[in-house]
Amino acid sequence: MSFTLFATAIISAMLINNVILMQFLGICPFLGVSKKSSAAIGMSAAVLFVMVISSAITYSLYDLVLYKYGIPYISTIAFILVIASLVQFVEMFIKKTSKSLYKSLGIYLPLITTNCAILGISEGNITNIWTETMPYWQGLFIAVSTALGTGLGFGLIIFAFSSIREKLEASNVPDAWKGVPISLVVAGIMSLAFLGLAGII
Amino acid sequence: MTKKDNFLKGFFKENPIFVFLLGMCPALAVTTTFETSLGMGLLVVFVLTSSNIVVSLVKKWIPHDVRTPAYIVIIATFVTVVKMLTEAYAIELYDALGVFLPLIVVNCLILGRAEAFASKNNVVDSAIDGLGMGLGFTLGLITIGILREFLATGGIMFGVYLPIGDHPITLVSLDMIINLFNANFHITDYGIKVFSLPPGAFIALGMILAVFQFKKARKDRKIAIAKMEMIAEKKRLAAEKKKAAAIKAAQEKQAAPKLAKAGE
Repeated sequence: MSFTLFATAIISAMLINNVILMQFLGICPFLGVSKKSSAAIGMSAAVLFVMVISSAITYSLYDLVLYKYGIPYISTIAFILVIASLVQFVEMFIKKTSKSLYKSLGIYLPLITTNCAILGISEGNITNIWTETMPYWQGLFIAVSTALGTGLGFGLIIFAFSSIREKLEASNVPDAWKGVPISLVVAGIMSLAFLGLAGII
Repeated sequence: MTKKDNFLKGFFKENPIFVFLLGMCPALAVTTTFETSLGMGLLVVFVLTSSNIVVSLVKKWIPHDVRTPAYIVIIATFVTVVKMLTEAYAIELYDALGVFLPLIVVNCLILGRAEAFASKNNVVDSAIDGLGMGLGFTLGLITIGILREFLATGGIMFGVYLPIGDHPITLVSLDMIINLFNANFHITDYGIKVFSLPPGAFIALGMILAVFQFKKARKDRKIAIAKMEMIAEKKRLAAEKKKAAAIKAAQEKQAAPKLAKAGE
């Protein structure tokens, strides 16, 4: 039962409702750090890490505090504060504990605060998963699985896209299409391919 | 910079979407139709102007180290206000924008203007900057929205999402023109549906950016050609001068022995 829930949440978040190509969240890092594959991998690892923790915390915050005390309308302010401080905390924690991890993730962490994918998934968890009758643990489980799938989907797309862009750099593109325009069209074609995955669940 | 320049710079010269590529997530996600783009743009104008005013008012009391969280809290407050107002008065727009309404908080444009402009300038200038930049953002969104809606349906509708009037109004439609010749043909059946779906957003924005880049490349090429011509002209002038000097020197050389002889 719980494995089915887990697998459904992962596949639907990773492939069918892909965070970049279908929901348009996190376009800035998608265009910004996808020039090199190594940077793309570092960024997606940092996003996956923060996304799972932040969606667990924001879901719990909404269910156990905001809804319980009747102030769900301040969720946006509360969530962005949680995410901003969490990113700071994670950065400090990694810096203290693991030097090598900090070297590979460190420069991407400050960028994550304004990454709309993190806040978007936290808000999306509330609108799509949370209901008044759902038990807390079940909701939290689905929310974390969704966040995991979303992070993996983000990594998959940004890695594939950065590989394509490395090829594009070497190819002969007309002047008007060089850089961002051709990348956007490539993303559109990738999105078209992912549209075909709709309905596999 | 005059106040007028400050207002107008956001429209073309420093357009947030087409020049700086800021706020790309809403530019792709909510531009399915003309009207959702307009709604999103107006909300951003309101949030950006208000947050710029408040940030420039309180800039002296915010410590430098914690300025980003402070700005985010100010922006989030206005976004919450806008969210509740939209839910109350334009529920169709609220449903159409979905998660992108709270996501105005992390729109790079708003935080960027707070950081780059409002924290350094006075209240009036910041308000004008916010208004101009917000309207420039709206212009960008509307351009994409009109292109996408027109390609997907062959017409542009108004009044579906915003609470204006009872029935939607058709602003432009190819149907009107085509029906003059053939009453059985409906352009809506032949629209390129993919432009109302996610892939169309990427392709439409790519096309618009390519047009901008084409114009810029042509301008750059013209400047480069003019520069090369100027350099060539200067080289020619310098060569002529050299030649003239050489001729003059030669003439003097020729004249000098004669003079010397004449002196003898």
